[in-house]
Amino acid sequence: MAEAILEVRDLVKHYPLTQGILFKKQVGAVKAVDGVSFDLVAGETLGIVGESGCGKSTVAKMLVNLERPTAGQIKYKGTDITKMSGKALRSVRRNIQMVFQDPYTSLNPRMTVGDIIGEPYEIHPEVAPKGDRRRKVQELLDVVGLNPEYINRYPHQFSGGQRQRIGIARGLALQPEIIVADEPVSALDVSVQAQVVNLLERLQNEFSLSYVFIAHDLSIVRHISDRVGVMYLGRIVEIGRDAEIYDHPTHPYTQALLSAVPVPDPSAREHRERIILSGDVPSPANIPSGCRFRTRCWKAQERCTLEVPELAVPAVFQLLEGPAHHPSACHFAEEKRVVPSE
Amino acid sequence: MLLEVRDLQVEFKTRDGIAKAVNGVTYSVAAGETLAVLGESGSGKSVTAQAVMGILDMPPGRITGGEIVFQGQDLLKLKEDERRKIRGSGMAMIFQDALSSLNPVLSVGAQLGEMYSVHRGMSRADAKAKAVELMDRVRIPAAKERVGQYPHQFSGGMRQRIMIAMAMALEPALIIADEPTTALDVTVQAQVMDLLAELQREMNMGLILITHDLGVVADVADRIAVMYAGRIVEEAPVHEIYKAPAHPYTRGLLDSIPRLDQKGQELYAIKGLPPNLMHIPSGCAFHPRCPMAQDVCRTDVPPLANVSEGRRSACHFWKECLNG
Repeated sequence: MAEAILEVRDLVKHYPLTQGILFKKQVGAVKAVDGVSFDLVAGETLGIVGESGCGKSTVAKMLVNLERPTAGQIKYKGTDITKMSGKALRSVRRNIQMVFQDPYTSLNPRMTVGDIIGEPYEIHPEVAPKGDRRRKVQELLDVVGLNPEYINRYPHQFSGGQRQRIGIARGLALQPEIIVADEPVSALDVSVQAQVVNLLERLQNEFSLSYVFIAHDLSIVRHISDRVGVMYLGRIVEIGRDAEIYDHPTHPYTQALLSAVPVPDPSAREHRERIILSGDVPSPANIPSGCRFRTRCWKAQERCTLEVPELAVPAVFQLLEGPAHHPSACHFAEEKRVVPSE
Repeated sequence: MLLEVRDLQVEFKTRDGIAKAVNGVTYSVAAGETLAVLGESGSGKSVTAQAVMGILDMPPGRITGGEIVFQGQDLLKLKEDERRKIRGSGMAMIFQDALSSLNPVLSVGAQLGEMYSVHRGMSRADAKAKAVELMDRVRIPAAKERVGQYPHQFSGGMRQRIMIAMAMALEPALIIADEPTTALDVTVQAQVMDLLAELQREMNMGLILITHDLGVVADVADRIAVMYAGRIVEEAPVHEIYKAPAHPYTRGLLDSIPRLDQKGQELYAIKGLPPNLMHIPSGCAFHPRCPMAQDVCRTDVPPLANVSEGRRSACHFWKECLNG
């Protein structure tokens, strides 16, 4: 395996819950992220999927240092960025940029497109000297498929898909190595989604970018990702190459999640087995003991309430070669194919 | 036929001019049938539904033509108080966002019970008992204990169940569900869609499912109507449309979605943007984005032509499209 550009180890983010006004005392914590580890290899796309509240967006924010982790490390090329500050942090941030979900609220309505895309240069003037900026911004507009003459327009003059292109151009401005994209296409119409997904893939090849692609749409994640991590309630429960996760899932949550995705093929209706989970995701302020998925799992046994399953290749698959041999945090992992094949 | 919409036209007066949201929509739903209305934002799918329900904001909206025939009578000729009687008992609607559709300061029991006290004149105690029954029916656990709770105390999936319960309360003949699961997570979406389909079967209701999700449509619909720029561009039984679309727009949509069961190369992307309803392109509204467009497409509006039994397409070249 190629060298990891980003190493995330035991990342934790707890938001304290306090009681009292004058003498605040901590009565608990919302455990948004509760021990997440993964590597990002240069040039690859790591997809992170999970339902709302699983902590995927909090992970994204910590990767670009918008949130400070409660514990754990994020190593960029070997150095831990979570404890950095000042100049050192600024230079690292240049290399890790973010694209946000909502192109309607993540662009300042009072700034022109040129100012929005050029703003990163105010903080990092070494990338583009002052006289050169306008030309650079126009180049970026061209790269993301917008007319460079639109530089003086305002965000409201663009459609959703075009706005997302502006957000992507802003993310590219500092020539980063890593782009963290948090649900970059989920606010867009189907016909426009494909345009933006294709753009992201083209840019990755052109600028040899590494992506952390966060989404709840499993089909899009499969399309764009080399590897996929599945999150549930603050932890990664299964991680592996895309075919390992989609065609050979071994964690019951992944299996349920995949089986619930509607497939655009009416003839699959009859012979498709669906795993319907009971109940809702528990509150991250009150996480079940042992395996956090056990309250909704049809396989749960006593061991699951007592022992936290580690994210590792399950014992049953350790001697096995093949696609089931990948990390899965379940005591009773077994392979089950849930996505119908062609 | 339970519901027949004929040549419906709706426009909105805006500061910048008149936006033509619905431009001659014709569709019908039979009892026990699920019709999926598919379209992107601005295609007019929700506005059509609002006109059927009679909850269109007028002004700025205006129905400029057409008929909405429900159980034999034209709703557009009825007085408001007559229509109100039909809303709830004859047809009901489920909205996308349950949190903003429910009243935050009334308990869910009070809101469910209101259906019975207003429409059926029941006493408060009876209405409350009915509310508990309904919550049981949509499988909300511990309904008796939770009937006095407020919307914010329920999860997203549970709130959507309450919306479904409210729509089902008076056993209407027709349900219109406008993106009922879009705001929900996939595992919860599956639960809610299953529940909706089951109740529909039980009561033999007609269901209009408005959505942009081709996966959900494939899972539950019998027939599908695809809308673009305020018109139906294709209508067909669900199995046929996925096998061989007869309109380039439908084809583009099907090709542009990534698949869970395969890792493709580059996605097909429909070029350009959905049209501005203030300036709908001449001829076929899809022609600026269409890979098959010819001169005739710029000048002549294609009629909704019969392709086969129960199947229509509004494309001058539907034969070519159908043959790939």
